[in-house]
Amino acid sequence: MASKVVYSHRDPMLKKRDDFEDMLEERRATSDLRYALRCYTPALYKGLTPCKSSELKNMVLQSDQLLYVINQVSKETGTSTDEIEAEASAILEEMAHRLQLSTVRFFAFALTKVFKTVFRSICVNEEGIQRLQQAIQEHPVVLLPSHRSYMDFLLMSYILYTYDLALPVIAAGMDFMGMKIIGEMLRMSGAFFIRRSFGGDKLYWAVFSEYVKIMLKNGYAPVEFFLEGTRSRTAKSLTPKLGLLNIVLDPFLKGEVFDVSLVPVSISYERILEETLYARELLGVPKPKESTSGLFKARKILSEDYGSIHVYFGQPVSARSLAEGRVNRSQFNLIPRHIPRKPAEEIQDFVNDSAYRLVRAQEENMVLKPWVLLASLLLQNQAAGNKQGMQLEELTDQAVWLRDLSRQFGAFLHWPDNIPPSKVVSCSLSLHQSLVRISEGRVQLTLEQGGRAEPGLPLPAVTPEEELLNRAVIILSCASYRNQALHVFIRPALLASAVHAASVNRKQEIFNTFSFLRNMFSDEFILRPGAEVQDFEEACYLLVKSGALQINQQQVLVTDRGHRTLAFLTSILDPFVQGYQMVCRFLCEEVAEGLTEKLFVPAVRKFITKHLLSGRLKYAEVLSSDLQKNALAALLRLGAVQKVRGRGEQGALKVNTVMVNSLEDTLGGKLPTQKPVVARL
Amino acid sequence: MASNSSGDSSSRHQTARHRLSVIAGHLQRPADSNAAVLAVECKAQGTTPNVRTGVRSEGRTVPRRRQEIMKWNGWGYSDSRFLFNKKGQAEFTGKRYRLSGMIIPGLKDWLESTFGASLQHKAPVTPILNSGAVQPPTLNEAFVEELRSTGVPFSHEAEDRVFRSHGHCLHEIFALREGKIGRIPDMVVWPNCHNDVVKIVELACKHNVCLIPYGGGTSVSSALECPPEESRSIVSLDTSQMNRILWIDEKNLTARVESGIVGQDLERLLNESGYCTGHEPDSMEFSSLGGWVATRASGMKKNIYGNIEDLVVHIKMVTPRGVIEKSCQGPRMSTGPDIHHFILGSEGTLGVVTEVTLKIRPMPEYQKYGSVVFPNFEQGVACLREVARQRCAPASIRLMDNEQFKFGHALKPQVSSIFTSFLDGLKKFYITKFKGFDPNHLCVATLLFEGDREKVLQHEKQVYDIAAKFGGLAAGEDNGQRGYIMTFVIAYLRDLGMDYYVIGESFETSVPWDRVLDICRNVKARIVRECKDKGVQFPPLSTCRVTQTYDAGACVYFYFAFNYRGLSDPVHVYEQVEHAAREEVLANGGSLSHHHGVGKLRKEWMRETVSTVGMGMLQSVKDYVDPNNIFGNRNLL
Repeated sequence: MASKVVYSHRDPMLKKRDDFEDMLEERRATSDLRYALRCYTPALYKGLTPCKSSELKNMVLQSDQLLYVINQVSKETGTSTDEIEAEASAILEEMAHRLQLSTVRFFAFALTKVFKTVFRSICVNEEGIQRLQQAIQEHPVVLLPSHRSYMDFLLMSYILYTYDLALPVIAAGMDFMGMKIIGEMLRMSGAFFIRRSFGGDKLYWAVFSEYVKIMLKNGYAPVEFFLEGTRSRTAKSLTPKLGLLNIVLDPFLKGEVFDVSLVPVSISYERILEETLYARELLGVPKPKESTSGLFKARKILSEDYGSIHVYFGQPVSARSLAEGRVNRSQFNLIPRHIPRKPAEEIQDFVNDSAYRLVRAQEENMVLKPWVLLASLLLQNQAAGNKQGMQLEELTDQAVWLRDLSRQFGAFLHWPDNIPPSKVVSCSLSLHQSLVRISEGRVQLTLEQGGRAEPGLPLPAVTPEEELLNRAVIILSCASYRNQALHVFIRPALLASAVHAASVNRKQEIFNTFSFLRNMFSDEFILRPGAEVQDFEEACYLLVKSGALQINQQQVLVTDRGHRTLAFLTSILDPFVQGYQMVCRFLCEEVAEGLTEKLFVPAVRKFITKHLLSGRLKYAEVLSSDLQKNALAALLRLGAVQKVRGRGEQGALKVNTVMVNSLEDTLGGKLPTQKPVVARL
Repeated sequence: MASNSSGDSSSRHQTARHRLSVIAGHLQRPADSNAAVLAVECKAQGTTPNVRTGVRSEGRTVPRRRQEIMKWNGWGYSDSRFLFNKKGQAEFTGKRYRLSGMIIPGLKDWLESTFGASLQHKAPVTPILNSGAVQPPTLNEAFVEELRSTGVPFSHEAEDRVFRSHGHCLHEIFALREGKIGRIPDMVVWPNCHNDVVKIVELACKHNVCLIPYGGGTSVSSALECPPEESRSIVSLDTSQMNRILWIDEKNLTARVESGIVGQDLERLLNESGYCTGHEPDSMEFSSLGGWVATRASGMKKNIYGNIEDLVVHIKMVTPRGVIEKSCQGPRMSTGPDIHHFILGSEGTLGVVTEVTLKIRPMPEYQKYGSVVFPNFEQGVACLREVARQRCAPASIRLMDNEQFKFGHALKPQVSSIFTSFLDGLKKFYITKFKGFDPNHLCVATLLFEGDREKVLQHEKQVYDIAAKFGGLAAGEDNGQRGYIMTFVIAYLRDLGMDYYVIGESFETSVPWDRVLDICRNVKARIVRECKDKGVQFPPLSTCRVTQTYDAGACVYFYFAFNYRGLSDPVHVYEQVEHAAREEVLANGGSLSHHHGVGKLRKEWMRETVSTVGMGMLQSVKDYVDPNNIFGNRNLL
């Protein structure tokens, strides 16, 4: 079945992953200029009809699809088709890339210089590169990298150029275009720009989708976009956006190509360039507008050490095998294929499901550094109230334990086994001096003196709020590392929490609680819709295998040595549980008439700040707007909160207090779980 | 046109026609004023079967004992087959075809390079039918007794029965070559005329015997396979002896013909009177008029003459409920749903077609073949589409893809003169070097024009002008003609392939124009992928051609074949691939069948093809016409 194509969870330990090769090594040894100017002859798609990027535009403008929509819009608005055509042409002009090898060569040269100073290594799985090369020749290819940093797409093109692979065209947000020269340079290195929102604009959608489809169908270049839609500020994978995936699957579903290869690419940074930037953004310090001068200001990063990058090109996933037995392609037989239609429910479900599978495939191949484990442990220790931090030896011991556990859970952990653990730990810590320090043999987060995030500004924090904010910056930064490992632990953690909350050991009841939690957190983590039973079984399997649980037909029992594992897993989920409870309490206690979605975050932030300062809440990471928004999304999805279309543009939030209250209680484990509306085992 | 009468056909026809009219003048009474009745009355009673057979066989291709002239486990005439001679060169034996007696030098290399086949590895084959492998017949004695009293000839010899137990699907022929014989008819009857059929059907109803009509035996849909679960006695009703032209009506240009006549006889006999039907399916040497009606056949030259449903004016069919026919021969009627359309495509599930009135046309004055080379398949399809849009398709226009072009090339017989081979070389040079066509992408359209000379030449120019717009280059009459010859010998080639571990099949579909390229690409790719997935050790041949154009779409023919060495159950693999290919056809907007029919092979997709209500409509007709399932071949529904 299709699920096997993307991943199989049965025994994560047996998962075979390729070895990495450091591509900077050769760059350090040879001339950058010669590298940038070397002969570049990538293997191309076998069905390629070569054309220039200017011809592409004509193909789009003359496509049946676009002509149809132009006529339609013309009839609806009474505008002449010529005018609308001109409009379409202008949209295309604004959107289209102008891929030029010379620009790519320039980037190759410049980036080499930067990468060599900033990163220790850029590791790539060369077998994945070979698979990709094969795939590019066979079928149109879609590259789906994870998105954690601005670096991502430059890095992708850089790697493909280095390995002599076809350069991709990349869907980028319009905000980049604001960066004057850089925007144009990105365009010339293959980026095409799309507006962030174009809701009902039929014409825009038609131009955009046709542009992407034509490039894909003709095998013009691999099409690259980010399934997550935007950079994840939390390092957790984001709920996939479906628009572009819909577009690239369409030619396959309509039989215009035999197959499409979807290649998930996992890019993991040992240290993210935007580390504290993200934390600030999540705390409500607004995102600086992309600008070229901003980029130059950011050049201080050049003097820092950002460790290594791991890029893993996953197994290409065939759209055809994903759709096998799921989609009846003959549904497109009765209407001309160029007439735009809202995808049928069957197709929507299929695309959504595929998107989740692909994001999970990205997650699975994310390399985790030892620091990720350390960050998890340090955060838990901090939340437990140990102001003094942890003894280095204790941290090392726990890290070794966690290393083994995460490996059993199938984590792609890069822990050098030939180096003594203490050395591994101290090495990792030293790279993250901005977040941790070692004093008197104890490891602490750098929470006091407002961290050292802004060494240029001597201002000591005055108000408790400001101090809290500064601490939160460090904690959220740390959390973003811990979050990298969440996909490994999330299913067992949901089960652990369910076991913890359950009053009895009955499997069915635990499954009900598991489903409840899973449902609650499905905006927070990547949990494939409709896969409750599968996820539950996977969690059971992992926890039984690691010796934490014993499960028979009816009962789930915790073993003696299982308590430690379960405690760790419950604590991993705890900040989220408490965060969601906090949001619920806020909605019940504080919400006055007419709270809009826009005002929700500042208001809930204020509420949470109050609780943190009073000591009633211990997790500063609950201040993250990401968590707050996810919680609201979950409540909206569950119908506990409703958006009322009001007078103004913004819909006000209407809270179903009883339901929100009951959800809060259930999260807190106060009530025996009512039978949730979910599948039975 | 049958391959043995192509080439300098028109002049030969004219002499033949003249001679025939002289002879006819000697033999016949002065011709009737309106119609030339060429046939004799049905005199079933009082004549011994032997005498009748003697009369009948005169000038007719198919004898009662098919085994006298045809292979029992392969295609066509016993004397015609491909083989590799002592020098290792391919040769086509016999004298019947233009290719007969010729050496085909390129075939060996093509077979070896395309399939990885080798002359060293010959697949074993059962040489003669072993009657021991045949189940003894289950006879319904009462039926046999009464039948005997009617004087209609019948047989329950093993050979006769085996011949009528199969069509020409790969699995059917493969099993025969292995000497495996499953459920077969228990006896064969040869009615001589409509009235004989009426008697047989009455008796079958009376004694609850299962009847399976048999015409030319060229089915490729498992339609002739006996349902293994059938417990009644199965009687194969062979129409081959009902093969007369009953009358020709020159005023209305129609002819009344018995349903058992095979295509080549029908055309030859009509030609003798200066007429033709123009209905030339690829199987016309052996397939019968009744079979065409029962499967909704399509002829190569349908652009001029129409498909079978356009050709029939009147049909008479014997059903368990009685005889169904219209009361007049009006050219078109508005009298509710056309009852002919219950009969057309009924695949032997409702009754036996006995007589048909067909439109006829005067024989064309002039015929001309032609061919066009295109730089690639896409351009070729675009050209065909344009030709269809302008409604100027010649009698036949077919577009072969690159693989088939190469295949056609491999079938070129040895050239007799150095001059011809020099010319060939020059042509090749011009196309590939001078015009820059990639020999691995170019493809060929073959054309056949018919009509009066002037119009043909004018028409030809129009089509070539359109072709030129799509980069097409005229590539000569010879290439065109060879393309059509290939049609008749390709079935023989499959037998050769099977001698060397290569199995293959063709299948067809019809599809809207905008889907043609997509379906060709996807189905071919699916075949390649499925073969690989199913463990086929060698790359398969997966190729297609567009064989018919319509206003709203085209008919596409696929061929696939592979070397099955190393597979334990090649037929099963083959069936899986064919199944997947059909799924792909349907997923890409293709129809379940353009003209082969459904039979039992494609039954599983009928419901999704015609909807549940549609199935119900067909079923209710079956239930009314044949409540006891006398016509129990279980095709279609």
